[in-house]
Amino acid sequence: MNRTTRLALFGIAVAGFGFVLVDGLAGLPDFGNYHGVYGQVITGIGVTERHATDLVTALNFDIRGFDTLGEEFILFGSVLGVVLILRELRGESEHPNRHEADEHTFAGASEALRALGLMIVPALVAIGVYIVVHGQITPGGGFQGGVILAAGPFAVFLAGRYLRMKLIAPHMLVELGDAAGAAGYALIGLGGLVFVGVFFKNFLPFGIPGHLLSAGQMDLASAAVGLEVSGAFLVAFSEFLDQAVLVKDGSG
Amino acid sequence: MSFLPFAVAAWLFLAGLYGIVSSRNLIRTILSLTIVQSATYLVLLGVGYADHAQAPIFADIPQTAKAVDPVVQVLVLTDIVIEATVTALLLAMAVQAHKRFGSLDPSDLRALRD
Repeated sequence: MNRTTRLALFGIAVAGFGFVLVDGLAGLPDFGNYHGVYGQVITGIGVTERHATDLVTALNFDIRGFDTLGEEFILFGSVLGVVLILRELRGESEHPNRHEADEHTFAGASEALRALGLMIVPALVAIGVYIVVHGQITPGGGFQGGVILAAGPFAVFLAGRYLRMKLIAPHMLVELGDAAGAAGYALIGLGGLVFVGVFFKNFLPFGIPGHLLSAGQMDLASAAVGLEVSGAFLVAFSEFLDQAVLVKDGSG
Repeated sequence: MSFLPFAVAAWLFLAGLYGIVSSRNLIRTILSLTIVQSATYLVLLGVGYADHAQAPIFADIPQTAKAVDPVVQVLVLTDIVIEATVTALLLAMAVQAHKRFGSLDPSDLRALRD
């Protein structure tokens, strides 16, 4: 099918689809005129019954905890897929040209960029941990904090030190973090089953709303997810970077 | 202008679709898909928004304060995670397609034609 036919077909299809889409959106309640029952119930009971002040996290790791298990394994499975797709193919070999990969290959990367890149690593890790553990109080949680945590070692790469990044975040370690986080979250669900008889029912003391150790299992769940997300992102980062920096085509 | 967020969502969705269909580069196709997905964030957040309501974070507002729907916000979080994973998988495939065919133009992917 050539390009013109394809675009013409698209034009016909999208006209029909656009009509249904606009019609559907027009049927929604007016913007700002919200009457969702479920959300209002959660807003009413979130703080009193779950002892969490950030209701998004309360939903994510407690009320909808079971759904998050699925979400987490989607992330786990897709990273597995990335690793599988980007494996070493026939005729390829990883030639770590040490000098080239260790010294940055960006044109214009200066000493100042390197120094700054290395300086923000501890800051990124500190912010990441803060966001992970305060998820039940203020905006944040395992998913958001995990991405920030993964950015820590990544900043080492931005400083032009790819192999050093592998030194502080080796494949084995980040894969282990990914797997341990995913398993840890599932174990929290099993904890509910073992201690109170219901999968993903909270089995830890609730504590005082607003305190660091409050809202029962949310802190633990957040930490597990944070570990998994940071591991998963680092696995994906290094798989892509391996392709760019280390893998040499057998023919080339 | 109470329909504006939804109109923007529809526009993003259709613009992203056009990007996917008309793209001559797989990376651009994948970016177009993320634009389509960002339309869903707007719809979800738009559905849960209430006039004069605050974010559902009760750390520093009274418990009786009117808040927007936290449920749709959680769904957006899920949505973002899915987008990240789908994008990663597609980009990995694009890397391999480039290795195999030496091009990122979808019309050069011979294996898809035969």
